[in-house]
Amino acid sequence: MQTRRIRWHIAVFLAPAVLVYTAVMIFPLFNTLRLALFTEVDQTRIYVGLQNFRTLFFDPIWSEQFWNALGNNFWFFLIHMLVQNPIGIALAALLSHPRLRFAALYRSAIFIPTILSFVIVGFAWKLILSPLWGIAPSMLDAVGLKSLFAPWLGKEEYALTTLALVSVWQFVGIPMMLIYAALLSIPEEILEAGEIDGITGASAFWKIKLPLIIPSIGIISILTFVGNFNAFDLIYVSQGALAGPDFSTDILGTFMYRTFFGFQLQLGDPHMGSAIAGAMFAIILIGVCIYLFGIQTRMRRYQL
Amino acid sequence: MNKARQNPLNTAAMHGALILYTLIALFPVFVIIINSFKTRRSIFREPLALPDAESFSLIGYQTVMKQGDFFLYFQNSLIVTVVSLAFVLLFGAMAAFALSEYKFKGNTLMGLYLALGIMIPIRIGTVAILEMMVATGLVNTLWALILVYTAQGLPLAVFILSEFMRQVSDDLKNAGRVDGLSEYTIFFRLVLPLVRPAMATVAVFNMIPIWNDLWFPLILAPAEETKTLTLGSQVFIGQFVTDWNAVLSALSMAILPVLVLYVIFSRQLIRGITSGAVK
Repeated sequence: MQTRRIRWHIAVFLAPAVLVYTAVMIFPLFNTLRLALFTEVDQTRIYVGLQNFRTLFFDPIWSEQFWNALGNNFWFFLIHMLVQNPIGIALAALLSHPRLRFAALYRSAIFIPTILSFVIVGFAWKLILSPLWGIAPSMLDAVGLKSLFAPWLGKEEYALTTLALVSVWQFVGIPMMLIYAALLSIPEEILEAGEIDGITGASAFWKIKLPLIIPSIGIISILTFVGNFNAFDLIYVSQGALAGPDFSTDILGTFMYRTFFGFQLQLGDPHMGSAIAGAMFAIILIGVCIYLFGIQTRMRRYQL
Repeated sequence: MNKARQNPLNTAAMHGALILYTLIALFPVFVIIINSFKTRRSIFREPLALPDAESFSLIGYQTVMKQGDFFLYFQNSLIVTVVSLAFVLLFGAMAAFALSEYKFKGNTLMGLYLALGIMIPIRIGTVAILEMMVATGLVNTLWALILVYTAQGLPLAVFILSEFMRQVSDDLKNAGRVDGLSEYTIFFRLVLPLVRPAMATVAVFNMIPIWNDLWFPLILAPAEETKTLTLGSQVFIGQFVTDWNAVLSALSMAILPVLVLYVIFSRQLIRGITSGAVK
């Protein structure tokens, strides 16, 4: 083989992306994990090993907040899995029905909340659910259920669930679209073959379509997981950095923000903040690994 | 056509369910917008009524215009979004071209390295990002946001664009090489125009999260001159929380630009998702 020229153009093509990505994403990610091993005493940084994590998991002042945020985050995720994804799949199943009129219109309208910012969504729902304005109570009154009304966002036992449902309202468009795409890619011949065997309507959905879209359901599950364990904005907008009432809506994102940026009288602590970020990183990594190695490889993919 | 599939009762039930959900999806937006045009008294008395001659009022919008610097916020958001998208598309396409076109040592590894960021959120590294931006003096500049959003958008852009670039015919590129075109000319003149639909998809996917982000503006650029529309409206609403007219008007003004963008790009967005670009 001849001596090869160095193909500089490959480096030129790769350089900008690799540089920006490495400098602004990968390097800070590892630097954050490194910072979690330090603490600050008299404005000098000293190495303390895993001490911050020990504090986070076992020191009662920190661990109580941490486990509370983690538990809340799991509840937040569970509601998305149990409400958002089934509704998304149901809507997609309806929309993908052949010869349904106005499908494009419904699809675009249902997707609108997804494009709105958390600021809009958070405040809009806060106003609507507010007992002061009274839209929610008067609407419940109209159907005779006024007794069910409570200031949901202000009650410890309901606030987190209410916010999770608001988030579901906002993001149901994403599973809907992805499942819709998966349903459209099912070849007509398979459905027709089922029809000949007498499988139509709802049973066609359960017996033919659902097994075929399971890989897409896996993808929306992991997207939901990563999105939820990284959530912050909605809680911050509607309940503030303190995630009230009494930390009942605190999730890992708000906990990390409060810790590293500080709030009210507490000073920010970047090192404890990094430790929380490290814990979030581990949780997301575990979730992604479970998906990639435990679920995705075992899923049966049908050759379409 | 099979009759079993076209039961009129079923069709009606399907439309009923879809209409019900569409109402749930649009109702809050509708309530906010109609009430932003009403007087304070009618906002409370009849929140669900459309504004009429008697209840019509623009007082909220006047407050917003007087008190908030929404034009500046809007301009900041626009600059950040447009410049970040331009970088994501240009750098992403270049890297995708290198990965899909050339065989070199470490190609697969480089692809995997760039794909890491698809699943790992950039927010995890916030503490170190802030430290870096403070050290380089970029904090409270729009550049801080642009760099972060560029890094955040690149992994998925490279992934989607390299899938599409593999489909560009080799004959075309080789014909260019025979004609003596440089690799750069081949990329910019021959390949880029052919992957334009994929670029549009990537742009639309990135646009909404960048425009709507609250986390990074809050942490990296909270100064008055660099506030984005999302952060600006959050702060404004927080201050005017008892002035319902102003809050409702500010919300409506924040909804408007996104809604306009959506109307313009929704076809592209939906085509992008349904064509399987993210499978």
